[in-house]
Amino acid sequence: MIMNSENYIKKLIEEDLRIDKRAFDEFRKIDIKVNEITSAEGSARVRIGNTHILAGIKMAVGTPFPDTPAEGILIVNAEFAPIASPTFEPGPPSESSIEMARVIDRGIRESHCIDLDKLCIIEKEKVWIINVDIHVLDHDGNLIDAGGLAAIIALLNTQIPKYENEKIDYKQHSGKLPVVDIPVPITIYKIANKLLVDTNVEEENALDARITICTNKAGNICAMQKGGVGHLTTEELEKAVDLSIKKGNEIRSLIK
Amino acid sequence: MEESKIIVNERKLVIPGDVLATGLDFLPSSGCYRENNTIKAKVLGLAKIKDRFVGIVPLSGVFVPRPGDGIIGFIQDLLSTSWIVDINSPYDAIMPLGEAVGEFVDITKRDISTYFDIGDIIYAKILNVTKSKHVQITMNDYRAKKLSDGRLLIITPSKVPRLIGKQGSMIELIKKETKCQIIVGQNGVVWIKGEREGLASKAIKMIEQESHISGLTEKITELLGKGE
Amino acid sequence: MKPNQPEKLIVKGKRLDGRAFDEMRPTTSEVGVIKRALGSAVFKFENTYAIAGVYGPKPFHPKFMQDPQKLILRCKYTMVPFSTTERIRPGHSRRSTEISKVVTEALANVVFVEDYPRTGVDVFIEILQADASTRCAGLNAASMALADAGVPMRDLVSSCSVGRADGQILLDLFGLEDNYGDVDLAVATVGGQDKIVLLQMDGIITKDEFMTMLELAKKGCAEINEKQKEALRIKYETGELNDNE
Repeated sequence: MIMNSENYIKKLIEEDLRIDKRAFDEFRKIDIKVNEITSAEGSARVRIGNTHILAGIKMAVGTPFPDTPAEGILIVNAEFAPIASPTFEPGPPSESSIEMARVIDRGIRESHCIDLDKLCIIEKEKVWIINVDIHVLDHDGNLIDAGGLAAIIALLNTQIPKYENEKIDYKQHSGKLPVVDIPVPITIYKIANKLLVDTNVEEENALDARITICTNKAGNICAMQKGGVGHLTTEELEKAVDLSIKKGNEIRSLIK
Repeated sequence: MEESKIIVNERKLVIPGDVLATGLDFLPSSGCYRENNTIKAKVLGLAKIKDRFVGIVPLSGVFVPRPGDGIIGFIQDLLSTSWIVDINSPYDAIMPLGEAVGEFVDITKRDISTYFDIGDIIYAKILNVTKSKHVQITMNDYRAKKLSDGRLLIITPSKVPRLIGKQGSMIELIKKETKCQIIVGQNGVVWIKGEREGLASKAIKMIEQESHISGLTEKITELLGKGE
Repeated sequence: MKPNQPEKLIVKGKRLDGRAFDEMRPTTSEVGVIKRALGSAVFKFENTYAIAGVYGPKPFHPKFMQDPQKLILRCKYTMVPFSTTERIRPGHSRRSTEISKVVTEALANVVFVEDYPRTGVDVFIEILQADASTRCAGLNAASMALADAGVPMRDLVSSCSVGRADGQILLDLFGLEDNYGDVDLAVATVGGQDKIVLLQMDGIITKDEFMTMLELAKKGCAEINEKQKEALRIKYETGELNDNE
């Protein structure tokens, strides 16, 4: 695959420049569309620059886990569809797609943004299962942030189907999914010893290390994941935390 | 400017990350790397200091071929005008026809397997190694030959110098006491053929295990004296 | 409260296993435990038992995926079915895939990959017994195993966990604290230095709490680094022979 070389990107960044002339703490244009997919209980389509991700929510009824008999179940899955990039192979989930799903899952779960207690139908027997499926349609970098954003927006707009006589009626709704916080993952990328947000695919190729930090409305951290082969220092981690809190708040204000 | 100094003694056991010297007057050689003002170990081994060079004799690790190394290899595959040879390394070697056979060969009339076939064992020399470690070997050397019968033993390549000993003293001792022909490849492959192959194997294995411990020569002499 | 959840995790200023808040569990480090492998090691945080084996550098397959300039490191983390109270299905899971990825990245930071172009090094980590901090134990064992195998490295990677339970920040969580506490932070550093190569956190913390936990974790990693080096020295200094040669 031909693209600008790692060294070219690094040189630009050393001179405080980016290939598309953005500032280091500037996101590309963000576009959000909600509930276009009527077959899903909730959905959100997020574009950050050319990165394009669709998240859909499907709800089902099932037995709760034995150690949480009165709680609903959250399952997050991510698909790096081959349609999105020549680097995505068909087949079982790659480790990157598994990592993305699990990091976004932790952000949602640890922030307690969904009141899972309210999703119990019959204790020990029936609870609502929320399936969050994140589908990457176009890969131009920063997938975790885009995917995480799509996931939480989809959840915020999810209607719970009606459950009557032991059957789910997907055409009727019994109320909105109780979502009480808005966790937003922001990934900080380290290239040539500088910290940036929202890298595109070319910039990602020159990546040293990255840290994804998910924050909630109160500005607290609810999940962190370091990635990449490079290392991070304490000072860089501190700056990354400050930057994610700041950008997290900015992005949260875009969500209505 | 900070004074340069060596922090470890010769033959001290060092672990990756250990600092061997500080200051800019010393240079890292094999097994060491420079980090800012210090020279650190990159492999587990014994410190080796020679003039301004600080290096390490590794205690483990695979064989990385260098031009001139004499090695024992196994013919793995045949191409039309060359052989692919397993040299007990992450890198396979190629032996071109011209480097293995002295005469002109008409490949339309004679298959190269009639010279060396899959499974044959040879003693050969590393001819050259490219930057991405593509290796060529040659039999154009007085020691090169096909090895038949006998048994093979594989030891950690970094222990080969100890097995050979100062001016070959250790290996000659074993050959004499066991009445065996023994050929040692730099790649850690040893070929033994003779009367007391088992005893020779035992001695060689002991050298491999205790190469970094003193008093080894006495122990080997004792072992060989005791017999099988 | 979940079933089996202890009433409190901190009782009279002490943890349930009697440790101080910044005290690590007793650890065990041993090198050269798998003879067939080129390098191997065991690392335990008391009841968490990890074993690692290294094969390589060796030719990397499939050939078209070789890197003509570098070695490719692949770590696989697995838990044996009987390592936990409830049996785990053998094979890999999404969790073990994710852990394999972050552990590979942490170790790839220190390996001199340019020294062995076109090759691969496989590191296998098996968790034989799990009592929290399994990825940390696995990483500690894997670092020693790579050094044992003679793979060139800048330094060892050292790892430990920090958490919070009953409002108290704790070093090296054990099982109960990990399950019923509310924060779990796993960290790995290069040789105990301020170079973080693995970091995963779940729970809700403020920035200040994070900075405090990070400092505690770095201290723990530095302690572990010393123990790993000692284990490598012991194997070679006493030159313990295994007796089936």
